[in-house]
Amino acid sequence: MGEEDTVILHGMWASTYVKRVELALKIKGIPFEYVEEDLSNKSALLLKYNPVQRKVPVLVHNGKPICESLVILEYIDETWPSHGLQLLPKDPYERARVRFWAAYIQQLLESMAKLFNPDHKEAQEKALEEMYEKQRILEEGMREFFPEESPNVHPEKLGILDIMIVSTLGAFRAQEEALGVKTLDPEKNPLLFSWVEALIQLPVVKEIIPPFEKLVSLLQFIKQNGIKF
Amino acid sequence: MAEEVKLFRTWSSRYSLRIVWALKLKGIEYETIFEDLTNKSPSLLQYNPTHGKVPVLVHDGKPVCESLVILEYVDETWKHNPLLPQDPYEKSMARFWANFGDDKLMKSISQLFIAHEKDQDVAAVAALENLKIVEEQLKGKKFFHGETIGYLDLAFGWIANLVSILEEIMSLKLVDGERFPHLSSWIQHFIDAPVIRDCWPPRDKMIIKYQVMREKYLAAATPK
Repeated sequence: MGEEDTVILHGMWASTYVKRVELALKIKGIPFEYVEEDLSNKSALLLKYNPVQRKVPVLVHNGKPICESLVILEYIDETWPSHGLQLLPKDPYERARVRFWAAYIQQLLESMAKLFNPDHKEAQEKALEEMYEKQRILEEGMREFFPEESPNVHPEKLGILDIMIVSTLGAFRAQEEALGVKTLDPEKNPLLFSWVEALIQLPVVKEIIPPFEKLVSLLQFIKQNGIKF
Repeated sequence: MAEEVKLFRTWSSRYSLRIVWALKLKGIEYETIFEDLTNKSPSLLQYNPTHGKVPVLVHDGKPVCESLVILEYVDETWKHNPLLPQDPYEKSMARFWANFGDDKLMKSISQLFIAHEKDQDVAAVAALENLKIVEEQLKGKKFFHGETIGYLDLAFGWIANLVSILEEIMSLKLVDGERFPHLSSWIQHFIDAPVIRDCWPPRDKMIIKYQVMREKYLAAATPK
């Protein structure tokens, strides 16, 4: 790409979706400007760039906005193909598998979000079961990708699934602290657990993980009041 | 080398239709396996253990699931008559709108379809708003893809196929020519395309199916 590229990411410090894009840009070594949005008071620029959903992340590349985290990840990979790593495999069948599981991890996140609804105990139990079931399915599905026991996490070989896993599950300790329940059990999900643990050690991931206490406070607030944005 | 392509589908699945159209547009020979989702075949469960849903495309024994994922697979594997734009930005727009269609538009129309009379007005507002957003995307274009049918037209194909059926059952016109001139004209062009026209599920059968479905939902949701 040209030397005059401007890349701006509109985000929010705790958003899982934003983390995905931040990580992708850092992994590929693409310089960008970050704009923190106050989601209770959205900027005119955000509303202009994402009038349909009015959400973050929005990636603005040379003035053109791209919305939806997974769409943005594919855009980044296609626009800067020779920059660092390829986030998606080259083979169409492997790409299809990765896309399928990326979408599934997204569904897992949606189940996890239900845990933070300020609801009755029964709804909470049901949401937990749904999440555990999805984790079980994901654990089984990921065994296909890792015939050996633990995923070989390598900073030189990170891809979309690594990004999805660490953005969705990386803050599990903060979630557990805020909820008072286990959200990622090493005994039930040894592969997912060891994968997440390996990912959160990486310097590039440490750069983007939100501060623990701040995140716990926010999650507790959301749990008590419901998500407003 | 002979390629083996199979498509697991049902006679009415809007998601499966996307793949039927895509394979036809690319001129790919394939075998159809019709599924009864109340009695799924062992093959379907083997190829799609996670969701057990259709469509599933099986190419030389390897399964691909989720209709939008399958569309991209088909486009990347058989590169002639491309369905997606080449430019990364245009491609991301197509993907964004396909997701919008499935997540927001389809959901709001479904909710209107199963709404009780007292809730219909509110549900209609959401559906119409989302339709208006899609209408804007068509301005100046014959198809969402441009002059020819592409990925986003296939992703939105259910609008041309299903919406008039739901309208008839509800006795409610959503996509009228006055409010939605571009969408109405797109529907006509889409339906008229030979590749699309040949693969339409029978209308009378669809009406019965959706009528029954609606009655079930309305009965289940009636406060006792």
